[in-house]
Amino acid sequence: MIEVKNIYKSFNGIPVLKNINVLFEKGKTNLIIGQSGSGKTVLLKSIVGLHEVDQGEIIFDGTVFNKLDFKEKKEMRKQIGMLFQGGALFDSSTVEENVMYPLDMFSEMNYNEKRERANECLKRVNIINANQLYPAEISGGMQKRVAIARAIALNPKYLFCDEPNSGLDPQTAILIDNLIKEITEEYNMTTIVNTHDMNSVMENGDNVMFIYKGEKWWQGSRDDIFDSENKELNDFIFASKLSQKIRDLKNSR
Amino acid sequence: MGLFQHVGKYFILLGRVFSRPEKIRIYYRETIKELDKLGLSSIGIVAIISVFMGAVITIQTAYNTENPMLPAYLIGLTARDSMLLEFSSTIVALILAGKIGSNIASEIGTMRVTEQIDALEIMGVNSASYLILPKIIATVFFSPFLCLMSMIIGIFGGWIAGVSVGVITTQDYIYGIQYAFIPYYIVYALIKMAIFAFLITSISAYHGYYSYGGSLDVGKSSTKAVVRSSIFILLFNVILTQLLLS
Repeated sequence: MIEVKNIYKSFNGIPVLKNINVLFEKGKTNLIIGQSGSGKTVLLKSIVGLHEVDQGEIIFDGTVFNKLDFKEKKEMRKQIGMLFQGGALFDSSTVEENVMYPLDMFSEMNYNEKRERANECLKRVNIINANQLYPAEISGGMQKRVAIARAIALNPKYLFCDEPNSGLDPQTAILIDNLIKEITEEYNMTTIVNTHDMNSVMENGDNVMFIYKGEKWWQGSRDDIFDSENKELNDFIFASKLSQKIRDLKNSR
Repeated sequence: MGLFQHVGKYFILLGRVFSRPEKIRIYYRETIKELDKLGLSSIGIVAIISVFMGAVITIQTAYNTENPMLPAYLIGLTARDSMLLEFSSTIVALILAGKIGSNIASEIGTMRVTEQIDALEIMGVNSASYLILPKIIATVFFSPFLCLMSMIIGIFGGWIAGVSVGVITTQDYIYGIQYAFIPYYIVYALIKMAIFAFLITSISAYHGYYSYGGSLDVGKSSTKAVVRSSIFILLFNVILTQLLLS
């Protein structure tokens, strides 16, 4: 479980996050949704400690993460896996080396054990026969899956995904969404996903937080969205003609 | 950003670079990779430049000392001292600033803008140390060998050119390169080269590490890395010469 309390963050005096309070539950896929520039990525990066917050607390299962010293944070980070928007795989390493990297750095396994664990993770994300390929030689969807495999290699307690299906076709995007959901339940992790993809909201929206202009504007589940009277949320969710039609259809029943 | 802010950030980065490595074995492996990438791959360019530098110094010295009062062996002596004191360290360092400096800045800069450095940080890896320390160790230890090689090849190039053009005999050239030889000049050049290598690697890594934006900005960082490394090489050349030769 991750709890965010009264978070404020600004850049050069310009406030980006204002008084964010939210609880992300364990074993669930928690979504942060919002327009581009609303502060989703800043919030996610603040939670994982890539940005220092100006005020507030980020609590990982009772431990105030942002108050830990450098060494303690480093230890804590071994329990964190993150999937970046572009995958962030190491260009100069093969798929297998990428997945083995956290094991190389932080485990006492021998080479064969590390290889076995890497292959186990790759198999879990359905990457087969691509171990010796470089990231540039595989598709965007495969890169995302390899990044997920790398993120789960050390059995993390927390998984963070920054727009995991951006740049992917709808079918592959759904595959990635399902994979994140399955892995979250399987490993009983606390997962936070940043997205502005409505398919993700419908697939994975157990706990959805809508962020608007740096403020928490709404929170609920995917089922609550249709009944919400929050104007900004409705404008965001039902921006496309397709989603408007779905809403009208639902309301007419 | 002001000069003092850059200096402050540079030293903070160095503090992180020289902190205790997570796993010595991994750092050792990375250092070997960097030795190959930054050191061994530079042998060719250094050899080519050195042979031509030696040749040009010999021919130019010959045409400027045509006075019969001046002994011919002076050509060999000048070629030797020019290579030892300046060309094999400073000029080779400036060439390496272009080759190694841009390589380091663009590699680390690309890792920064594609969030690979963030990925390392999230895993709990000290990204500054992991990415920069092996490069510094590799270049600081290997560049004196490049300098030594440059001296030998440069003097050899001078002999080939001098004899081929007919401005000096082999006997005079060999006498010249042995005449009034001060072995300390080699030590001086190697010390200079090791310090230049540290400057090139750390300054370029600094510019790469603090890159932001996209590919255009990585290109700008790479250019800044080469320009600033070159300026600092020239500045430290003056300081080190005064300290080591005065």
